[in-house]
Amino acid sequence: MSIIYERTNGLTKTSTHYCPGCTHGLVHKLVGECLVELGVLGEAIGVAPVGCGVMAYNYFNCDMQQSAHGRAPAVATGIKRVLPDKVVFTYQGDGDLASIGTNEIIHAAHRGEKITTIFVNNAIYGMTGGQMAPTTLIGQRTTTSKSGRTVEHSGSPIRVSEMLATLDGARFIERVAVNNPVNVRRAKRAIKRAFETQLAGEGFAMVEVLSSCPTNWGMEPLDALKWLKENMIPYYPLGNLRNWGV
Amino acid sequence: MAKLLMKGNEAIAEAAIRGGCRYFFGYPITPQNELPEYMSVRLGEVGGVFLQAESEIGAINMVYGAAASGARAMTSSSSPGIALKQEGISYICAAQLPCVIVNISRGGPGLGGIQPAQSDYFQATRGGGNGDYRLIVYAPANLQEAVDITLEAFDISEKYRVPVFIAGDGMIGQMMEPVEIPEGFVSQSAEKDWTTTGTKGQRAPNIINTLYLDPLKLEEHNIKLDNVYKLIEANETRYEADSLEDCDVVCAAYGMTSRIARSSIKIAASSGVKVGMLRPVSLWPFPYGAFDKINPKAKGILCAEMSMGQMLDDVKIGSKGRWPIHFYGRSGGMVPTPDEIAEQLIKIAEGKSV
Ligand SMILES: Cc1ncc(C[n+]2csc(CCOP(=O)(O)OP(=O)(O)O)c2C)c(N)n1
Ligand code: SF4
Repeated sequence: MSIIYERTNGLTKTSTHYCPGCTHGLVHKLVGECLVELGVLGEAIGVAPVGCGVMAYNYFNCDMQQSAHGRAPAVATGIKRVLPDKVVFTYQGDGDLASIGTNEIIHAAHRGEKITTIFVNNAIYGMTGGQMAPTTLIGQRTTTSKSGRTVEHSGSPIRVSEMLATLDGARFIERVAVNNPVNVRRAKRAIKRAFETQLAGEGFAMVEVLSSCPTNWGMEPLDALKWLKENMIPYYPLGNLRNWGV
Repeated sequence: MAKLLMKGNEAIAEAAIRGGCRYFFGYPITPQNELPEYMSVRLGEVGGVFLQAESEIGAINMVYGAAASGARAMTSSSSPGIALKQEGISYICAAQLPCVIVNISRGGPGLGGIQPAQSDYFQATRGGGNGDYRLIVYAPANLQEAVDITLEAFDISEKYRVPVFIAGDGMIGQMMEPVEIPEGFVSQSAEKDWTTTGTKGQRAPNIINTLYLDPLKLEEHNIKLDNVYKLIEANETRYEADSLEDCDVVCAAYGMTSRIARSSIKIAASSGVKVGMLRPVSLWPFPYGAFDKINPKAKGILCAEMSMGQMLDDVKIGSKGRWPIHFYGRSGGMVPTPDEIAEQLIKIAEGKSV
């Protein structure tokens, strides 16, 4: 009997607290699989954010630190400077990375910190109950933009990947989505390449994963994936923005 | 051993390195700049890392990551920068990470000024960040004491897994004095089996965490922390006391103000007033017990500070209403003169209100 599919050893056996249909769990799996396939799980140290991903410290099967809201890139910098041979990654939501933590992420990229960031963009603050994020789309209704976000009031959504790709220290930047199997496979390839960037000592690497939050978007899981495809991807185009050695 | 004439900021930096510091994360601010500048040169020489962070918030979180990875990491700043570090300090205390934090403080509030002040006493001893936590706070009164405290700071911090906070005012940072920094200081690095260094697939993951959603678990965690704080209160309270038992008046002062007060005490003595001195070295744990040594018939206690009255609260707690408490402070970067403080001490001895 051959094994066709098994649970990755990159994740612990703990059941996650994520809502049904939430794509956080799927992104965890991709990261866990990449760490195992690259043979670096035992060398990995992850930094969990404040957001729905906070309890990632219980889910990744490697040493983990939990950081203050938005500060994961600074915490990861501290780890990597002490342990330059280890594989250090942050896992952050869009409120965490694109709002309160912009300073930390920009400067980690600017310094070319040899860390890998998994940036889960679900266009909303999930954990606090669905408030507007800097990534919330124009017209998108949230608990703090009840009639829909407007440019006049809140500006246009921030495209973090494009912004970071202007920095020389950012050696790998790619935006992916996890709304269908093809995109999931692409997402995994990008995540692996982001870790390879670190292993090669190149510099900062980030994968922005367009993700769904069915609970706070107020949708069934499949409708949420459809909404992601029809609304998020047109504004946040998928693809590579920076790739070293290519 | 040869004495070196050093500036306070540099003496503290060198003592930290000899005390085992290998990682420094900081952000420029006056009057502590010589400390990171010195570190930027010296840490490279000893195989460590100096990194100028994007902000004080960045710096303290880098200390978090480094300390949790087992390193002896340090940051320094001055008052407004220490204000920004408070979130990180709360997290560091919650996660029980040893580290050393230096405040070469200046006048506030707000941007304030760049002259020395002691107006961050509340911030250091009352917790500027959120939650039930404490820091071990030492306030040196001269450079040799600053060096001696810094040398053992990492050992003490690792012993309890509580940050050591060095409260030096701008004068301590900027003045020059001869100091001895022993080469052969032997550090007692504690064993650390809790750090995140990679599992190598040979052990269960180590997790550095500050989240406890279950209130009972969080309470248990806080009780655990509190038990450590009680141990620190029992073991690490430090103060200097002079003539408390037979004095007419007591002067309570710390750091630079205590040095000025020493001259004031001599001036008062020439007017026939015997002044006892109570100088807390640890601001937390505060030496409340030392007040029991004070002459029950003393006319009163003068708390002198370079602030509008912050340690004053602890002096009131320690005195338990046994003596009248008076306060003399200069603030905003103004420094009290020996005569100003002496005048207050003499008035108290003469039973005049000050
Ligand atoms: C300093 C601070 N401010 C605010 C919060 C409250 N808070 C918790 S999670 C969160 C937002 C998380 O949103 P996001 O990063 O988008 O992640 P998601 O939950 O959507 O995965 C906020 C604002 C906090 N914990 N700390
Ligand atoms: S609130 Fe949204 S992001 Fe958070 S777990 Fe639920 S679906 Fe996922």
